[in-house]
Amino acid sequence: MAGLNKSSFTNPVVNWIDTRLPVFTMMQKEYGKFPTPKNFNYMWNFGALAMINLLIMIITGIFLAMNYQPNTQLAFNSVQHIMRDVNYGWLIRYVHQNGASMFFIVTYIHIFRGMYYGSYKAPRELLWMIGVVILLLMMATAFMGYVLPWGQMSYWGATVITNLFSAFPVVGQPIVTWLWGGFAVADPTLNRFFSLHYLLPFVLLGVVFLHVAALHVVGSNNPLGIDVKTPQDTVPFHPYYTVKDSVGICVFLLVFALLVFFMPNLLGDPNNFIPANPLQTPPDIVPEWYFLPFYAILRSVPNKLGGVCMMFGSILVLFVLPWLDTSPVRSARFRPVFRVLIWVWVASVIGLGMVGAHPPTGIWVVLGRVCTIYYFFHFLVLLPILGKMERTLPLPESISRPVISGNSGGGGGLPSGAAARPMEKA
Amino acid sequence: MMRTILRGVAAGALVALGLWTAPARAQDAPVPPQQVWSFDGPFGTFDMAAAQRGFQVYSQVCANCHSMDQLHYRDLSGIGLSAAQIKAIAAAVQVPVGVDDQGAPKLGPGTPASMFRAPFATVDAARNALGAAPPDLSVIVNAREYHANYIYGILTGFRDPPPGFKLQPGLYYNEYFPGHQIHMPQPLHGNDVTYADGTPARLGQEAHDVVTFLTWAANPEMVERKQIGVRVVLFLALMGGLTYAVKRRLWANVDH
Ligand code: HEC
Ligand code: HEM
Repeated sequence: MAGLNKSSFTNPVVNWIDTRLPVFTMMQKEYGKFPTPKNFNYMWNFGALAMINLLIMIITGIFLAMNYQPNTQLAFNSVQHIMRDVNYGWLIRYVHQNGASMFFIVTYIHIFRGMYYGSYKAPRELLWMIGVVILLLMMATAFMGYVLPWGQMSYWGATVITNLFSAFPVVGQPIVTWLWGGFAVADPTLNRFFSLHYLLPFVLLGVVFLHVAALHVVGSNNPLGIDVKTPQDTVPFHPYYTVKDSVGICVFLLVFALLVFFMPNLLGDPNNFIPANPLQTPPDIVPEWYFLPFYAILRSVPNKLGGVCMMFGSILVLFVLPWLDTSPVRSARFRPVFRVLIWVWVASVIGLGMVGAHPPTGIWVVLGRVCTIYYFFHFLVLLPILGKMERTLPLPESISRPVISGNSGGGGGLPSGAAARPMEKA
Repeated sequence: MMRTILRGVAAGALVALGLWTAPARAQDAPVPPQQVWSFDGPFGTFDMAAAQRGFQVYSQVCANCHSMDQLHYRDLSGIGLSAAQIKAIAAAVQVPVGVDDQGAPKLGPGTPASMFRAPFATVDAARNALGAAPPDLSVIVNAREYHANYIYGILTGFRDPPPGFKLQPGLYYNEYFPGHQIHMPQPLHGNDVTYADGTPARLGQEAHDVVTFLTWAANPEMVERKQIGVRVVLFLALMGGLTYAVKRRLWANVDH
């Protein structure tokens, strides 16, 4: 049914637009009044930070693309040209380069938050799965972006990773040829990677929109992992969380700035300052730090096809996490065993990261295998069993009354008075 | 709540730390010792006099074998040379200037816009002449682990091979080169150049100067970058503190 929106905005121009296209009403509803659990901790900043980071990547990327040449003869020099001759080109490039690392730091913490507080459980399964799609798209984007400057690691990384597909029987080699657009990583490969590297972030933007849309249907989880029960449990998103997110954004930008301005190449590989040379393999080929755990899983399996499957499996398993974890309790706070095991899992991921950075010899092989097995053991064995056996702690009655006895720390457990005030505005 | 935050931060830091643990490259060359550089630290700048002397070393010694394709003579204003000096430097070298009326490549005096003259026409020509291709030095400082210290180590690390070491003919023993056998003959011995400012041209001095020049060449934006960085970081720290204060006040009346 068509019908004009009854806008409550008083500014005549805003009102005129809002009557015909209620974007202002929508923003007001989704980011103004949007009732949000009042007990978030700073772990809930990372979604907003990831969003900002994506925008930073897109903006810097567009400016890089104005001067970048996707041609194997020119690519390396065009990046140097950006660094030297384009006005503030070094800034744009270093922000983009370190922005990729920041993006993964932020996203990995965001994912960990979801795992720790059980945000993937009903009714947020789809929201979580869309998140895993975002992770996969980010990885594809970052991988192809890293190829663009056409240094030694760009070239050899691209060669090693695309070659993985040759492990599949029968279809393997044709897939690799198809990916390359020829019989080696060469101009056609670089060209299509550039095209896709430009495209995928916008696909990402669309999927992020779905992620946020799904969030606004089911609502946010919170550190207690219990549902919102009364309006007293929430505060309006603005100004409470806009301001709190701003604190996070400042800290995020501060860390980002320290990297960009004082150690822009800390996370990069010196080998990528050497132009790609198909005739000379670098001593050891290492991916960017954010891929190291997955690279370690790949190399820990003695069989190539097995390694490839385990590597992809390590991310695909996240899709079914909502059904692997059988515990009805969301937050790790009330799961005494899970609360320990999640850190063991984190330790295994860090272990894998270290393994990925070292040549696969001696102790690193053993450590890689142990961590790989534990990574999957956690998801496929521990989580399903734990949900059935664990004796969880009693859940609080509501967010406003965190402790059943009715003693909510400083507030004395009174849901009225000061505690209720913010919601009256909403 | 504070505990969870601390844990989150600790986790982040741990992940970061764990993954940054630099890959221990299994090579037999020792870690080159740390030298004192004018460009070290968050406030470090380039010692212009050293960089200018380093350019002299590069052009009189290294440029016989190594190219620096990313640089133009005009860029030398970055190490404090005047427009007139740059013009004179460029005019003194013969660079390719298109083709003559027979279609053959022609050489002529350079201009500030010319690229640094390359000693060999192609990589193959260089390899044929020297046994190995001398790498382009434009970003060499960034392209090696240990950066400036490593380049300094290479330039000062030529030694007689230890007894029993099998040195292949045509190669030279170097303390810091992976595998110790390098195709580059020792380029600096001391007094290879005469410095206009009277600085004694000891080996260590020459190496130090040319590495300062090469570090500038690889990171010409460094000084401006750090200067902007200090301001950005101060601004963000202030802004962060302020925002945090506002947040505290706003949330003071929420029981959470
Ligand atoms: C006689 C020619 C020649 C001269 C002069 C020369 N080099 Fe080299 N240089 C070479 C060759 C050849 C290589 C390649 C060595 C190899 O790969 O074994 C090389 C390699 C290097 C490397 C790379 C080492 C590595 O880790 O791969 C550096 C750095 C270097 N030279 C710096 C200099 C500097 C600085 C000067 C001037 C002071 C200089 N060279 C002068 C021929 C020369
Ligand atoms: C999800 C967002 C993005 C991620 C994670 C990402 C990641 C990367 C990475 C890791 C590199 C290599 C950096 C280096 O070592 O030099 C890179 C390079 C590049 N990216 Fe992106 N990127 C993103 C978005 C974009 C967008 C939207 C564009 C264009 C509109 C773009 C254009 C480029 C260009 C031209 C380069 C090559 C220049 C260079 O290497 O600095 N990127 N990207």
